[in-house]
Amino acid sequence: MRYDVPLIVKVLAIVGFGILYIPVMIMMIYSFNSGKLVAVWAGFSTKWYRELWTDDILLSALYKSLLIGMSSATISTFFGLLIAIAFVRFSAFRARLTLSLVASAPLVMPEAVTGLSMLLLFIAMETTFGWPSGRGVDTIMIAHATFGMCFAAVVIQTRLRDMDRYLEEAARDLGERQPFVFMSITLPLIFPSIIAAWLLSFTLSFDDLVIASFVSGPGSSTLPIVIFSKIRLGVSPEINAIATLMILTISGMVLAGSMLILKRDSRGKKN
Amino acid sequence: MNYFFQRFGRQIVIWLPLAWLLLFFMLPLIEMINVSFSEARRAVPPYNPAFQFGPGGISFQPVVDNYYLIYEYWEDYLWPAVNSIRLAFFSTLYCLLFAYPMAWWIARSNKSLQHILLILVLMPFWTSSLLRMYALIGLLNPNGFINDILIWAGVTVIPIQMMQTDFSIYAGMVLTYLPLMILPLYASLVRLDGSIIEAAADLGARKWDIFKTIILPLSIPGIIAGSLLVFIPAVGEFVIPALLGGPEQLMLGKVIWTEFFRNRDWPVASAIAIILIAIIILPIVYARYQDKEGIS
Repeated sequence: MRYDVPLIVKVLAIVGFGILYIPVMIMMIYSFNSGKLVAVWAGFSTKWYRELWTDDILLSALYKSLLIGMSSATISTFFGLLIAIAFVRFSAFRARLTLSLVASAPLVMPEAVTGLSMLLLFIAMETTFGWPSGRGVDTIMIAHATFGMCFAAVVIQTRLRDMDRYLEEAARDLGERQPFVFMSITLPLIFPSIIAAWLLSFTLSFDDLVIASFVSGPGSSTLPIVIFSKIRLGVSPEINAIATLMILTISGMVLAGSMLILKRDSRGKKN
Repeated sequence: MNYFFQRFGRQIVIWLPLAWLLLFFMLPLIEMINVSFSEARRAVPPYNPAFQFGPGGISFQPVVDNYYLIYEYWEDYLWPAVNSIRLAFFSTLYCLLFAYPMAWWIARSNKSLQHILLILVLMPFWTSSLLRMYALIGLLNPNGFINDILIWAGVTVIPIQMMQTDFSIYAGMVLTYLPLMILPLYASLVRLDGSIIEAAADLGARKWDIFKTIILPLSIPGIIAGSLLVFIPAVGEFVIPALLGGPEQLMLGKVIWTEFFRNRDWPVASAIAIILIAIIILPIVYARYQDKEGIS
């Protein structure tokens, strides 16, 4: 006898999906409201979107967020790859326990604690060595790269562990050297996880408010910092429009990324 | 070149990230402990480091004033701490309540529906929590979407207060952390052998009994993992109490923020941060202990 999922479970699950999506969808609809009053529908308009492009503070924050996101994600992915290799491929080494501790603790550390402690270090370093002089884009980048690499390491590690190792062994048996084996066999095989790790560290950086608030200086406000200060003034159709654009962009990137990974995976299985 | 790689490559792979993390993660925590034992002063930076080295030599004068201050004004700091644990605990419970049916449905549906549903679960996880909390404010405000509908439908005349209540915090937490609860639950439910359930159904077990005696016990590892994944970040949450909570919903993450940015009392902020770390370490150590018990 087949055991189907009880109807009540399906109904509750659909309610759960509703919770996840309804607030954002209503916000997106109201971003096309022509009226200044948020709750009253006054007709369809795209004027809030057009006004965004004239907001210089917003545009410069967007530029900084993109710069920080891309550079910190690149550092995170590279270091995350190194951490993953060390954990999955190296047999016992002396620093293993230390590395696993410092690579997993940032995953559970509250953002306020990470941000505060990093700021305190930057200030202590500045008074001792004179670097970094003041705080800005570079300190946010370092902070984001630091917690991003721990997430990247988890993503790449899973893939590296599940990977078929016969191909590598075959190449080595045929006399290929280790760096070549890594570059031409291992790397292409784990490439989807590298894309996923980069995307994850990018979005973590792009969305981060708390850590960036601590380690940013005057004039280095990122997009979440600017949005947060706007939200504190109240709900406005302008924020609806920014939020809609940001959510659609990130969702689009994630969808494209997962399509790419699915496609690669299914092709890999056919071969 | 190859000799060099064989000899040092391994060390570079280990030590490059390790050095970065020691420098930018471990050292900051040590410096934070240092600051928490430092004397506050009106200067830049606003504290006198407990441990200091420089041209004047090495000095070490720790003070416990900051911890004593927290002890003395315990009511101001204890309630946020209790609130953090209480709100995080119930948020975890509500997440579990909503996540369980979702994970169950996803785990038992066919492959193509499963892919779509999993992407639907993951998508909100990638988008900014700040923006989703903002969207929630639009719903819960006194002049927001829900109150508009309630007034239009004649359920109420004056708007219902939903913002700055426990309810708004729970709504925010569920919206933010639901995916983190669903994924481990899904992982444990999808591994569950369908033939056991079918055997039980063949032998005449009722649906509720099947759930109680087979599905629930076998998904306990997923429940524990998901609860940890939700509880730990929820305890230290800043954005949700700051945007959705009122003075009754003060949490430690927000207290650190206020002490730091508004009161400019960095040593006390550091001391509270250390207390927050202690609250988070407890459930982790408990989980580790449970793990070891399970193996032996």
